[in-house]
Amino acid sequence: MIVADRKSLEEILGMVADREKLLILGCKGCVTVCNVGGLKEAEVLASTLRIAQKKEGRPVEVSHRVLERQCDNEYVAGLADDVGNYDAVVSMACGVGPQFLSEMYPDQVFFPAVNTTFFGGAVQHGVWEERCAGCGACAIHLFGGLCPIARCAKSLLHGPCGGSANGICEVNKETACIWDAIVKKKMETGRLEDLVAVKPFKDWRTARDGGPRRSIREELVKGTL
Amino acid sequence: MTAIKSGSNLERVLTAGHFAFTGECGPPKGANADHLREKFKYLKGNVDCVNMTDNQTAVVRMSSLAGCALMKAEGLEPNFQMVCRDRNRLAMMSDILGAYALGVRNMLCLSGDHQSFGNHPEAKNVHDIDSMQLIALVKKMRDEEKFLNGEEIDVAPKMFIGAACNPFADPFEFRVHRLATKIEAGADFIQTQCIFNMDKFRDFMKQVVDKGLHERCYILAGVTPMKNAGMANFMSKYVPGMDISESLIKRLKGVDKRDQAEEGIKIALEQIEAFKEMQGVAGVHLMAIEWEHKVPEIAERAGVLPRP
Repeated sequence: MIVADRKSLEEILGMVADREKLLILGCKGCVTVCNVGGLKEAEVLASTLRIAQKKEGRPVEVSHRVLERQCDNEYVAGLADDVGNYDAVVSMACGVGPQFLSEMYPDQVFFPAVNTTFFGGAVQHGVWEERCAGCGACAIHLFGGLCPIARCAKSLLHGPCGGSANGICEVNKETACIWDAIVKKKMETGRLEDLVAVKPFKDWRTARDGGPRRSIREELVKGTL
Repeated sequence: MTAIKSGSNLERVLTAGHFAFTGECGPPKGANADHLREKFKYLKGNVDCVNMTDNQTAVVRMSSLAGCALMKAEGLEPNFQMVCRDRNRLAMMSDILGAYALGVRNMLCLSGDHQSFGNHPEAKNVHDIDSMQLIALVKKMRDEEKFLNGEEIDVAPKMFIGAACNPFADPFEFRVHRLATKIEAGADFIQTQCIFNMDKFRDFMKQVVDKGLHERCYILAGVTPMKNAGMANFMSKYVPGMDISESLIKRLKGVDKRDQAEEGIKIALEQIEAFKEMQGVAGVHLMAIEWEHKVPEIAERAGVLPRP
């Protein structure tokens, strides 16, 4: 799923400083699962903003609600009768949400309340980790099911680099060296030879480097599915 | 390893069977060419070629390519270092062509220290290809005379291809395999990371010799003389991939502060003597970090002068 982190209260307050009537808009998608932008978090942010602005001596009216998904026009359309009632809308969805909103409602201002960070999952309660870089050409099967593009700080295809020590990445003591894990897995399974050949140069056209991407499913476009 | 590939001095020295002695020179944090020329004086005639580092430790410096050109003009042979952190494949190929056109005949292909260690940690990194593929790229340009896309090159760059190797990084058992892949990719010579743990390096070289890798590639052992115990401490704590034993720090601390530099040089000289005898080691790469003026003395005392 897409993982995000809430922006600091200071940053959000800075964005909405001159607005008096706000809507905090959560999303029931990924940001609900990673506990950053669902109904509960929208409610907490709304209340926090009210208190903070009251302290500043400029009370604001803050409402909150949640959409099924902000990345789906079918649900974004559900905001049509309400969106004009506010000075601004603060979206708690990933970076996709406020863009779908801005495209559908060009007269309204949408502020992002979260920083979208990565594609990943929870490794323990309250801790999420990156797993995928969305390069558009998955090859994790070549690396024991572990992705060096997303998980090696240098995206090496022939690691580990000289900075790997005791299974830890040189860049951050909290980060496991994914190449250490790949090598150990290959050694354990007797498949070390998989790693000794020089891999083909990666074609980055399928990644963001090829420009903004589109995914088209003809059968859905034509309505045959 | 006999057919001449690049015609570089380093290649000539190694193929003739001499014990190679290479040096290193960090470009200045500025456009101060005189500063570089000053350093060159200490290296000229004392080493077979000089590595020109490429934004080492991710700190911005004068470009390694420009440093190489300045070095050529002073009559020294450069070893052009290139990291994958700062260039995509277009920039790499164009710099390789430019380097060759300027007379550069050796290259060292590296991944590059992560930018978070340097002085612009906010920077975006590139890593379009990795160091293994950079080796393969330089080889393709040299041997097939083609760009990566298969187009013909009008005057192909004939480089003597170098790569790095850190026998002290983990997992240790995999290091010799990674070296083998670098040789497979096209490395003609290897310059190792600074060696301080001689026992571990001996273990590593035994694996190299057992696999016959020393017969397919020239291996130059990395030596860095310590200026004092503080430097050893700092490198041990803050430089990634360093294996500096307590006993080494203790030996430096064991002498008066004024004599620590001399002790550091003595340690380096002992290492060089050991490498001369070590099977599979074809030479020494001396990295006298910001201590270039000591190179003539070290070369003299190591008995590697005059250079062939």
